[in-house]
Amino acid sequence: MHVRPAKFFDENGRRLDGRLPDEMRPVEMKVGVLRNADGSALVSYGKTKVLAAVYGPREPSQRYTVLPDRASLFVRYHMAPFSTEERKSPVPTRRETEISKVLREALEPVVITDLFPRTAIEVYIEVLQSDGGTRTASATAASLALADAGIPMRGLVAGVAVGKVDNVVVLDINEPEDNFGEADMPVVAAPDLGLITLFQLNGVMTAEDVQRGLDMALKAISEVVEKEKQTLRSSVEEVEVE
Amino acid sequence: MSYTPYRVPVLSKIRSRNLISLYKKGIRSDQRDFMTPRNISVQLGVIDKADGSAWVRLGNTQVLVGIKLEVGTPYRDTPNEGVLQVNSELAPVASPTFEPGPPDENAIELSRVIDRSLRDPKAVDLGSLIIRPGERAWVLWIDVYVLDYDGNYFDASMLGVLAALMNTKVPDYEETESGEIIIDRTKGSPLKLNRRVVLVTSAKIGDIILIDPNLDEELLADSRMVLAFDEQGTVVGMQKTGLGGYTRDELMKIIDMSRKVSQVYFKLLDQALQNAGSQQR
Amino acid sequence: MSQEEKASKKVLVLPGDKIEGLKQQSIYVFDYNGEKRAAVLGLVNFREEGTDFVPLKGFYFPSEGDIVIGLVMSHAAANWFLDINSPYQAVLSVQDFFGVKQGGQVPEDPFTYLKIGDYVKAKIVAFDRVRSPMLTVQDKGLGRITEGTVVTVRPVKVPRIIGKKGSMIETIKKVSGCDLFVAVNGRVHITCQNDVLEEIVAEAINIIEEQSHTSGLTNRIKEFIEEERKVRGI
Repeated sequence: MHVRPAKFFDENGRRLDGRLPDEMRPVEMKVGVLRNADGSALVSYGKTKVLAAVYGPREPSQRYTVLPDRASLFVRYHMAPFSTEERKSPVPTRRETEISKVLREALEPVVITDLFPRTAIEVYIEVLQSDGGTRTASATAASLALADAGIPMRGLVAGVAVGKVDNVVVLDINEPEDNFGEADMPVVAAPDLGLITLFQLNGVMTAEDVQRGLDMALKAISEVVEKEKQTLRSSVEEVEVE
Repeated sequence: MSYTPYRVPVLSKIRSRNLISLYKKGIRSDQRDFMTPRNISVQLGVIDKADGSAWVRLGNTQVLVGIKLEVGTPYRDTPNEGVLQVNSELAPVASPTFEPGPPDENAIELSRVIDRSLRDPKAVDLGSLIIRPGERAWVLWIDVYVLDYDGNYFDASMLGVLAALMNTKVPDYEETESGEIIIDRTKGSPLKLNRRVVLVTSAKIGDIILIDPNLDEELLADSRMVLAFDEQGTVVGMQKTGLGGYTRDELMKIIDMSRKVSQVYFKLLDQALQNAGSQQR
Repeated sequence: MSQEEKASKKVLVLPGDKIEGLKQQSIYVFDYNGEKRAAVLGLVNFREEGTDFVPLKGFYFPSEGDIVIGLVMSHAAANWFLDINSPYQAVLSVQDFFGVKQGGQVPEDPFTYLKIGDYVKAKIVAFDRVRSPMLTVQDKGLGRITEGTVVTVRPVKVPRIIGKKGSMIETIKKVSGCDLFVAVNGRVHITCQNDVLEEIVAEAINIIEEQSHTSGLTNRIKEFIEEERKVRGI
């Protein structure tokens, strides 16, 4: 949508897609969708759809990149050309480079890398469809893919993007809210560790807004991590034979 | 510049030997015979934002194809036609040996084979994609994403492209007085196809020809032949890929075998599309 | 179901979940604020004798003395490099393969004796955080594998393929008449009188891998092999 919506809330305070300010979009998750990858996950937050795949730990082809005392994490966030409203060239952009970095920094603290010195753990994220909050949905998908691959982790992570539209702090922004709102605040956290590992602000917010938004985000993130656990549990239990 | 691949999965000698002794008995490791392709399943309309999309599984090989139509300018030598662009990615998610980066020679070859197989027989009615002759036309972007590689991304990709094309709607548009074009993606009409095309790949292992090779079979093969057919059985494209060589008689035999398989592919695809049901856009 | 299985209670845990009463150390369990927590998806068995943790996902971590089956991926200078189904590639030196220490001689073209794609049964002689795992074939029964079939499974499934006190592997051997060696790195070497039997056993092993945490598996595998033998007339 290139046109700013006339308003973001209706008379009942509901957003463009009918949600209340503190409501998330429906979240769907599936693990083990790819056979070759050591771990994989397909996650959607409403229309935002992300595929994550993990290879490793393994010795990387470029030996000079290894660290003597722990595994290196390689994270690549990339958007498919058909993922956006207007076709996007597959050539990596500066935005994708920055997001790859903040995602790596969101995941690395929870991966127990010192178990595997001189190896690489590669996380590939492909955004298949973009409708706001792609980096936070990517963090959730990456967390599932890492667990599916059996990479030892201190805890699972999940993400959600908080925004501010028409002066109201809202949870899990979609694309129009992201493009035309006053702020976009992505958050990624590990609830079992009580740690926030990705935190950015693009826009303008008061300190109260930040606090309210963060509390909303952390509550939602706990729910998403619970859903990750359920998904992982049922991926194993599906094979149960009596 | 092209150089011999250095990052290729290793097929153990024991497995090669076991496979070859199976072939001598006329069977393959997945219990298929030499002429039978793997099972196909399709999901249509997987990407809402795309004008057409399909997720195809050919055995364990998975390909996602997204189609987007954008307004652009027609080529000067074809002022009355829309523009066809094919781009493929062998995504690093698909195999432990695919590296991130710009499309390598394999991805480029895949793109160009698909492109020729659609362009030469005029599979897509590009004339129906003209907006203002010589000035404005639809650009049909076909983006092929190989997501899981268990051999034969050629056939799988083409089936994905075909399914996605069949799922594509050309958006309605309005031209303002100032000549601006306003697109309405909520409305549209099905993309016009003149013909349907499939690719049929066979691998040559010694003098055995195997249709729709899986990864082990590709690794074992001396060479592969990729043939494009329309529904009438006309050959609309050919590509020998990989090392090795063929005798003239082998090629004639392969063309004949592959033509028969192309009919099977069209049937399997239609069945898979029926099972999928078409998704409302 | 044995007495033991009846008495134990199994709980599925996820990364970050607490594990109460766990005594053993494991790379799949970490300490957090004095608690023990799971680092991978796994099963916690609450038994009378104590609680243990069985990872359902994990790796093969080379350990000195382990017998492994490696796949030769490449060679350079005086070494072969092998995939041992682990995050780490292993190294086998030309000197060791030809038993130089024991008085052997390295021939002019050493790499024709062991090629890319060959499987080797070898022992880990050294591995630490600084070096790649080093292998030796200078011991009884070790060396290039020349016959049979090799199947690769996830290393965490190896205990299930062996079974309690070897019950699973002995069952397979008896019902198929084949010889089996299960290497700790998840590779299984199967030698039978003919290759159809080897295929059947290979399939049985894949079934064990997929259904490893279910009960009654040993019996089902026995029935599977018997049935397949009948169907295929072997």
